[in-house]
Amino acid sequence: MDTTQYLDVFIDESNEHIEALYQKLLELEKNPNEKAIIEDIFRSAHTLKGMSATMGYNDLATLTHTLENVFDAIRYDRVHVQSEMIDLLVETVDHLNTMVEDIASGGNGSLNISDVAKQLEMLEKRQLNVVADSTSEQEKGFINTSSTFTDIDEFELSILNESHERGFQNYEITVQLREDCLLKGARVFMVFEVLEHLGEVIKSVPSVSNLEEENFDYTFSVILVSNQNSKEITEKIKKVSEIDSVQINPFSVTNYRVSKESKSAVKENVDNPINKEGPKTKEQQEHSKNQHKTIRVNIEKLDVLMNLFEELIIDRGRLEQISSDLKNADLQESVERMTRVSSDLQNIILTMRMVPIDQVFSRFPRMVRKLARDLNKEVDIEIIGANTELDRTVIDEIGDPIVHLLRNAIDHGIETPEERMQKGKPEKGTIKLKAYHSGNHVFIEIEDDGAGINKEKVLSKALANDLLTERESEALTEQQIFELIMESGFSTADKISDISGRGVGLDVVKNTIESLGGSISIDSELEKGSIFSVQLPLTLTIISVLLVELNKEKYAIPLSSIIETAIVSREQIFSAHHKKVIDFRGKVVPIVNLKDVFGIPNTNVDEEYTSIVIVKKGEKMAALVVDSFIGQQEVVLKSLGSYLSNIFAISGATILGDGQVALIIDSNAIIK
Amino acid sequence: MSFETATEKKVIVFQLKDEEFAVSVQQIGSIERIQTITRVPNTAKFVKGVINLRGIVTPIIDLRSRLGIEETDYNESTRIIIVYLDDMEVGLIVDAANDVIDISTDIIEPAPEVIGVVNQDYIEGVAKLEKRLLILLDLRRILTTEEISELKTVEGQ
Repeated sequence: MDTTQYLDVFIDESNEHIEALYQKLLELEKNPNEKAIIEDIFRSAHTLKGMSATMGYNDLATLTHTLENVFDAIRYDRVHVQSEMIDLLVETVDHLNTMVEDIASGGNGSLNISDVAKQLEMLEKRQLNVVADSTSEQEKGFINTSSTFTDIDEFELSILNESHERGFQNYEITVQLREDCLLKGARVFMVFEVLEHLGEVIKSVPSVSNLEEENFDYTFSVILVSNQNSKEITEKIKKVSEIDSVQINPFSVTNYRVSKESKSAVKENVDNPINKEGPKTKEQQEHSKNQHKTIRVNIEKLDVLMNLFEELIIDRGRLEQISSDLKNADLQESVERMTRVSSDLQNIILTMRMVPIDQVFSRFPRMVRKLARDLNKEVDIEIIGANTELDRTVIDEIGDPIVHLLRNAIDHGIETPEERMQKGKPEKGTIKLKAYHSGNHVFIEIEDDGAGINKEKVLSKALANDLLTERESEALTEQQIFELIMESGFSTADKISDISGRGVGLDVVKNTIESLGGSISIDSELEKGSIFSVQLPLTLTIISVLLVELNKEKYAIPLSSIIETAIVSREQIFSAHHKKVIDFRGKVVPIVNLKDVFGIPNTNVDEEYTSIVIVKKGEKMAALVVDSFIGQQEVVLKSLGSYLSNIFAISGATILGDGQVALIIDSNAIIK
Repeated sequence: MSFETATEKKVIVFQLKDEEFAVSVQQIGSIERIQTITRVPNTAKFVKGVINLRGIVTPIIDLRSRLGIEETDYNESTRIIIVYLDDMEVGLIVDAANDVIDISTDIIEPAPEVIGVVNQDYIEGVAKLEKRLLILLDLRRILTTEEISELKTVEGQ
């Protein structure tokens, strides 16, 4: 079967299941006896197994199969969940992840899994031996008779169930061919032909394709739905020559379910499964209730939709212009209605591109767990607001910065259990990861109950690294001191803490967040803990900008980087080191003439008043000189295309209401 | 079987100065009239800027300038040919778009050493028709992005 067309879906779904497995395993560690979690894991493993087998990734299928077995054992209390077990299971899922990644990057997903598989099997078997002893002989016998069919799926079971209701019989037929049979395939074909006349073959072991290729010894079994009695069937099959024997038994669906469960059940009696059936279906119902009805849509299609919508907006602008010129009441009314509908449409299109931040957060519990283990610390992570939604483009970018902040919190915030005991804190540290909406922004907070930031240490180190002078340091507020740890020169020399030093990578975090149009702030109390709060725009594609004019050319400056606009007179501009500067609220801010930056001929050299836009990059500021301000506007950020990438001080473009393109200024590039 | 290798190739013929150039239609998205171009600063001289092409911001280069022919003012016959190459979408400004014709691949010859004013590097080959000489452009060489940054650094100095 050609499966390439399904590959994308396979990878997507596998990743979802692996993610679910990770998540559920961690939940399981906390509530080892929660049946619902075990069921979920079992289901994910089972689906993954089925998918990978269909796609022909055998290693993946084998490993998931082993995993499934373990959970089958857990499901029926043959194995009890322990912490070490979770380690092994997480490791197994790691392997699955590696395989799927390999497949995603074009490999065949093969990996040496014998080690893990063996350990998993031991995990399952160790307990199985105990089980076998306590299983009654009768049960064993029962299992043996019906063990030929072990993986009848729900669909097939439902057919079998139905047939019973309609007065048909289900038979399990085992046919043994003579050992001197020459054309096994042909005989099988003949038997099947007989069977098809008698009723319907639901399933065969080995599978039909294997039978056709003669990939079997001399026996094969089928499940047949028929209204004939067993004797007649046996007679008819025996008419085919070269058949040694035919065994026919009624096949009962309830028995199948019972045997399947009793096969693994330890302490449960045979009649127990009937009781079990009740709560289980209830759980499934709840499960399906929680699932939202969704469809997968390629993100590119959403982009196209967005583009088309923007064209509509541009045309709408024109229509509005025309209708106000013509002053026709009917026209005006319908244009107004169109305006309202299109703003609703805009909201929907924007929310369609939003995905829950859970996509990023879901991998953190696993990471935190591993990191805490590596550092011999005990850390719990509490996630609040995982369903907070953010634009797809932002989601893709914020993963790494948050990982950095979490590492930082575990590495330097949370103390070792001993230290925490001495301080009278609970041994286990807690990290709270919180996301919520506020206005046009999303806030993400990383809060730890660790040691907090030592102000004096930070200050003395900043002074030692020449980040600021003693006099400057006196004027700093507490927050400003904390924020020093995110300065780029802060942690280069020796280290505050033993491992990597608070501050490693924090400057990178800060830059990334700022490049996304966001900001980060720190609050901390010594011995109580720290809070890092990140503020991000809801979407990167629609941003608020200030439109400015430079010699008839229009440029847009993102509001997120603007502190304020001002008009300064000639006397307020000073010269320092041959550079023009202004005094902005007690700070010396260099003046940058945008016309020089963008190579625009400077016509009005010596005017009395100059319009400036004060922009910031972290703590640094610059005053950009423009001809005039046009106004604030929400615009759609567009790229200049791959032909024009990396243009100095231009981060993209946007299409204005009149259909013209305006470039968006990247003030971060202008401030050195 | 040799006669079968001479397949037909559909090309768009356009004018630059006195010469006729051709690009395979497969690489062409559309032909547009000249419209307002937003200048993009700090790029090579032949990059004229970007236009709004039905909601997509599309870079525009002046093909005369790109090939080292002196630039002229744009007029009624000036066209922008939108071409696709890999994931790039770029508009080329030409003097006029003449027609679409089928040429047989066996009349395409490699570029001779001396041909008009255009640098031989940008030429894929030439096709001789009865009274016309078509120069087939090598879009990949014309749209190389390396040269933008190279020229940018030169200009920056």
